[in-house]
Amino acid sequence: MDRAQLWVYLAEQPLMWLTVTLLAYMGGHALFERSGHRAWVNPVAISGLVLAAILVVSDTPYSEYFEGAQFVHFLLGPATVALAWPLHKNWSSVSRLMVPLFCALVAGSLVSVGSAVGIAYLLGAPADVWLSLAPKSVTSPIAMGVAEKIGGLPALTAGLVVSTGIIGAIMVTPLLDAMGVRDWRARGMAVGVAAHGIGTARAFQVNPVAGVFAATAMVLNALVTALVASVLAGTGT
Amino acid sequence: MPAAITFLLSFQLAGMVLVTALSLAIPEPVIGLVLLFAWVRLKLPTPPALDALCTGLLSHLSLLFVPAAVGLMTYADLLWAHWLPVGLALLVSTPLSIAVGAWVFSRVAQGMNRPPTGDEVKNG
Repeated sequence: MDRAQLWVYLAEQPLMWLTVTLLAYMGGHALFERSGHRAWVNPVAISGLVLAAILVVSDTPYSEYFEGAQFVHFLLGPATVALAWPLHKNWSSVSRLMVPLFCALVAGSLVSVGSAVGIAYLLGAPADVWLSLAPKSVTSPIAMGVAEKIGGLPALTAGLVVSTGIIGAIMVTPLLDAMGVRDWRARGMAVGVAAHGIGTARAFQVNPVAGVFAATAMVLNALVTALVASVLAGTGT
Repeated sequence: MPAAITFLLSFQLAGMVLVTALSLAIPEPVIGLVLLFAWVRLKLPTPPALDALCTGLLSHLSLLFVPAAVGLMTYADLLWAHWLPVGLALLVSTPLSIAVGAWVFSRVAQGMNRPPTGDEVKNG
């Protein structure tokens, strides 16, 4: 088997792109560790760019890549179910703060949807693009479902969700330091609502209390968004 | 560990059954989350490895978003054509939403006489 044949064989196997995905993420994570946990050295952004470059250079279509990467993507579902666990373990501290949590959730979520759609619409983006932006702050499975319901492009939404998460994870610490918000619960919940799982991952790195509130805010945002979207879908809009 | 994995997947499967049977517009993992939360709140039995499994899955949550991040390349032309509205929307709306969320939370918590804990701000 010569080198070209070997490549053709490997490229058809899910194992190769699965392994390459994990290697790219581990590389990104190693850089993040080495930088002393700097937020802008984001493992998702690094591995996403590296993998996209590899696919372009090797002329591999995304669908072929996804044959392998789907095993990682699949775990988003079980991981979403698993969010019940930190919510349960921290229920005593979370349930006392349901009122501020819920107010901040509604405000943060409305600002997220309103400003993203407003900016994209005013700057002339086509409807499928600004509709795909609307659910960008909710975690992927829900965001994709919402995008499909309202006439956006689910796969584009998935990518915009990830971009939002990376931006939120990078900006949250300097932004809230500048605002003088020192309460870890407020900081965590804000990044959970605005930047879902990637923001939550960042919050857990900075402070455990912030992490728990980020996870709770992400879960509640997912539930509320899914409910609102299903009601809207039910009324036929 | 097999027990914990089976347990977790069963909740997602139950979510899928409910979503399909009742034609709900809510994604099945969210229903699975609600069912699992109800289960543990009711103190029903759980496999011993569930804690390790959930903690493990969630500790590298960002890895699971990598395939979707790479998927943006399939929309390279569309994004290139509309880079300004999309870029500005993401870069303005995300910090704005964080700032509003944190501000509202602090204000309402103070109003309820549950002042924020003034922990020192850790670097990071």
